[in-house]
Amino acid sequence: MLDGAQTFDGNVTGVEVEKATPALLPCEVKGLCYKAGENQLIDGIDLKLTAGPVTMIMGPNGAGKTLLVRLLHGMIEPASGQVSWGGRPLDLATRKRQAMVFQTPVLLRRSVTANIDFVLKLHDGPKRQTAEEILHMAGLDDKASQPARLLSGGERQRLAIARALATNPDVLFLDEPTASLDPASTLAIENIVSQARDRGTKIIFITHDVGQARRLGDEVIFMHHGRVLEQVPAKSFFDSPSSTQAQDYLAGRIVL
Amino acid sequence: MQNFTQAFALAFDLMLSADADLLEIIGLSLRVSLMAMAISTLIGLPIGAAIGMSRFRGRGVSIILLNALMGLPPVVVGLGVYLLLSRAGPMGWMGLLYTPTAMIIAQSILITPIIAALSRQVIEDLHNEYAEQFRSLCVSPRTAIAALLWDARYGLLTVALAGFGRAVAEVGAVIIVGGNIEHLTRVMTTAIALETSKGDLALALALGIVLLSIALLVNAAVMGLRMTATRFSYA
Repeated sequence: MLDGAQTFDGNVTGVEVEKATPALLPCEVKGLCYKAGENQLIDGIDLKLTAGPVTMIMGPNGAGKTLLVRLLHGMIEPASGQVSWGGRPLDLATRKRQAMVFQTPVLLRRSVTANIDFVLKLHDGPKRQTAEEILHMAGLDDKASQPARLLSGGERQRLAIARALATNPDVLFLDEPTASLDPASTLAIENIVSQARDRGTKIIFITHDVGQARRLGDEVIFMHHGRVLEQVPAKSFFDSPSSTQAQDYLAGRIVL
Repeated sequence: MQNFTQAFALAFDLMLSADADLLEIIGLSLRVSLMAMAISTLIGLPIGAAIGMSRFRGRGVSIILLNALMGLPPVVVGLGVYLLLSRAGPMGWMGLLYTPTAMIIAQSILITPIIAALSRQVIEDLHNEYAEQFRSLCVSPRTAIAALLWDARYGLLTVALAGFGRAVAEVGAVIIVGGNIEHLTRVMTTAIALETSKGDLALALALGIVLLSIALLVNAAVMGLRMTATRFSYA
């Protein structure tokens, strides 16, 4: 438990969690397209995601980052193309082994603990952690009985991530989870995410924050106009981006 | 004015002395309206939840129809139920006309659309908030409905109380199907109408004050629920 003046930084020791076995990986995407009316928002994407590296998805607004993640998670149906996880189609069983955290956390109108319990009860398999352990991991032990909607912005997002990790998913999608948070809250969330990665969870993280991508990313997917322009190791992307759009983006120039 | 003052004094006297007739009328009113509220909640809530959560062809028309039915004229409902329950009607064999059951049926028909329409709005708002997260968590429709009903409980209780308020204050339908029979189907609103027409303002006023008090209590309960829900951020 934290003292009033102490800030939770996401580093928790003494929590033993079974390592995830990401049998869902690799993820293979072939010819993925998504249309809204006549607008081609995702335009024939091919890519492969392997277990291990933290994948950062970057690109200007409207590039299709969120849509790509929703397609990978099966939240929306593609117009054409295929997404397979571990050689299997994206069915309900596959989706249940994934979790997603949104930019604005959606919390149930219940207590902090009840938000975790809701997810634990949803899954058929053995519960690998208790709600108390999960809240400890997110530094929310002392908020357990509070209504979730009374938490601060950073605490709400930590709860959303803790809830997503409650069932030890093979894959965790994060859609700009720190977009509106202060540096301390951002650090705490990055540390929670790093610990999840250490436990074997595949992290797919959308961000606009270049510093964050450098800190967390092992590989970067750079998108523009619904296409993947680059999928390269993070170091290579930041040292020598090959596309002009990525060069402009990293240089802080407007990418149209 | 003097008669008016005397009537008020008599009204308070009747209430303070717990007049048996007065208590009987109040008791029947509460019994009929609470039953109507319970039945309407059982019917209206699932209808509201189903329309609020689903997308289907004709949904917009259903919502317009439901909203329009909130303004059902009580006398028309009374007439319809009367025709159904009268000896020549399709349900005449049940012998329910001029019984409290007939009044419960009429009030239920009157407030079911209110409960359905208002709960549809409450459920739909919450569903829109939760939908994306539920989709990500692969929540089954049954679990989603249960979660929405539980998390919207304060709003839905307010809806039920609004239905009760409408039922207990209604006169047109219950006077047609109940007949305002003493010791059998006389409720507060029908008694007020009768006693006023007879010139017995004391009993009419006493009943009016009780009715107003119930309306005040219902509104206070609604406000209390809202404040509790807001304070604990459950709404």
